[in-house]
Amino acid sequence: MYQIELKNVSFVYGAGEPYEIRALDNINLHLGGSVMTGFMGHTGSGKSTLVQLLNGILKPTSGQVLLDGKDIWEDPKKIRDIRFRVGVVMQYPEYQLFDETVRDDIAFGPKNMGLSKEEIEQRVIDAVHFAGLDESLLDKSPFELSGGQKRRAALAGVIAMRPEILVLDEPAAGLDPGGRREILGRIREFQRSSGTSVIIVSHSMEDMAMYCDRIIVMSAGKVAMDGTCSEVFGRYNELLDVGLDVPQITYVADELRKHGIDIGADIYTVKYAASQILSKIGGRQI
Amino acid sequence: MNLDISFGQYCEGNSILHRMDPRAKIIAAIMYIVAVFLAKNLYAFALLLLSAIFLIAVSGIPLRIVLKSMKPLVIILLFTAVINIFWMEGETLLVSLGFIQIYLEGIINAILIAVRIIILLVGTTIFMTFTTTPIALTDGLEQLLSPLKKIGLPVHEFSMMMTIALRFIPTLTEETQKIMNAQKARGADFSTGSLLQRAKALVPILVPLFVSAFRRADELATAMECRCYTGGDGRTRMNVLHAGAMDYVFCILVIALGAGILVLNQFGGYMLSW
Repeated sequence: MYQIELKNVSFVYGAGEPYEIRALDNINLHLGGSVMTGFMGHTGSGKSTLVQLLNGILKPTSGQVLLDGKDIWEDPKKIRDIRFRVGVVMQYPEYQLFDETVRDDIAFGPKNMGLSKEEIEQRVIDAVHFAGLDESLLDKSPFELSGGQKRRAALAGVIAMRPEILVLDEPAAGLDPGGRREILGRIREFQRSSGTSVIIVSHSMEDMAMYCDRIIVMSAGKVAMDGTCSEVFGRYNELLDVGLDVPQITYVADELRKHGIDIGADIYTVKYAASQILSKIGGRQI
Repeated sequence: MNLDISFGQYCEGNSILHRMDPRAKIIAAIMYIVAVFLAKNLYAFALLLLSAIFLIAVSGIPLRIVLKSMKPLVIILLFTAVINIFWMEGETLLVSLGFIQIYLEGIINAILIAVRIIILLVGTTIFMTFTTTPIALTDGLEQLLSPLKKIGLPVHEFSMMMTIALRFIPTLTEETQKIMNAQKARGADFSTGSLLQRAKALVPILVPLFVSAFRRADELATAMECRCYTGGDGRTRMNVLHAGAMDYVFCILVIALGAGILVLNQFGGYMLSW
């Protein structure tokens, strides 16, 4: 079950100018389903542009973005409805907080949807729980929160709209390892429990390997690879070619293989590597 | 909505004008403005027009970019032209519809004033913004104003403020765009509703923008202090400005232009009335 389809989508910045940049070049993709999809790619590969096309912040230069089979730009006046269905959390979302209290800030999206007061209140409480914020913070000013709390409040602001598809651009950027695990774990849990389809953009191979079901690799405005973690990280020489890295543990496994220890080519999480190595040396499974 | 600020932007190049001393360019631009206002009749305007074309040619800036920078001016031009057409009284009555009376003089006046505004803008932007980087411009201004230090004016601090303000225009533009996108993603609507609703819709942009501007200012102040910035006293500069032959040539050319206009004004013909 796919919800978003990109059909021959291209996007050009400054079209017609001498310095035009082709950010996306004829992309064809099906996205959605109750899975977590990860976009990876080098800086300037077009990931962030693609994210902004999904909810109509940008309009494709050519091609179509279809939501449930309907072009989202069919009626430009109704683009707001698309934005409520495809929730996008931008990079460093904590800088978009503005209201007097965290509660009001999270309620901004639902209010724009024109929901009833009770409904909004309920959604705010639910979103706060999903984002892992304490309810006691609701009446504080968003500017009093710590960096990690701000990030989660901003995330809650999009979750409160209950989008059918949640898109996050670098949700863990700039957080410490603890904060990264916490926020990505929350997103994964939200995805599993709600069945929402989640799309995340990240630089961190480890994060991708840990949390995503499907990985799409972008390179120079094109889709370079599309598959499960093992399919994508298994082709790690190609990943290096497009300027990306693979999880550290994949290097370790590769070295082991070179030294004649036959463990699979699909190793990309520490846990799986450990179980593979243990089974080779006849140890107990973990 | 895209924020486009091509007006007042530096345009890279290596023409004589680009290489001129910024002080000379500021002086030349000021004298050019005076010359533009001296012009009174059609002959003088013809000379002005020639000088503007000459400037564009020498600067090597594509005509398309110069014209694009005029775009924000269209409304002002139309407004002044319309006022002139309807309010000027003259001798040759062309149209008379009740209280509306249009005279030939009014139309000529409107055209000349529009041309004057366009030339004014072309002259100043070619001399200053198109061919001079903002840094060079404030540097030049600081040196030109440095005699005022003697009477206790903080000239250096003033020009530093200007440099910083100019430096942060693109940064803040980009930031505004980002915040707008983020709020749009949450269903913010900036383009419909009553005036009050639209003004209210700006709050979610302005608050984060101010917060980040203050944060940036703080960070910049710290970064400057870390590099021992204490203000203008005893500060030497990396690029010392030198006035060359070309700088004098251009200043003299502009003075000659002014003189030429004064002479041409004597030939009479239709005289512009403001």
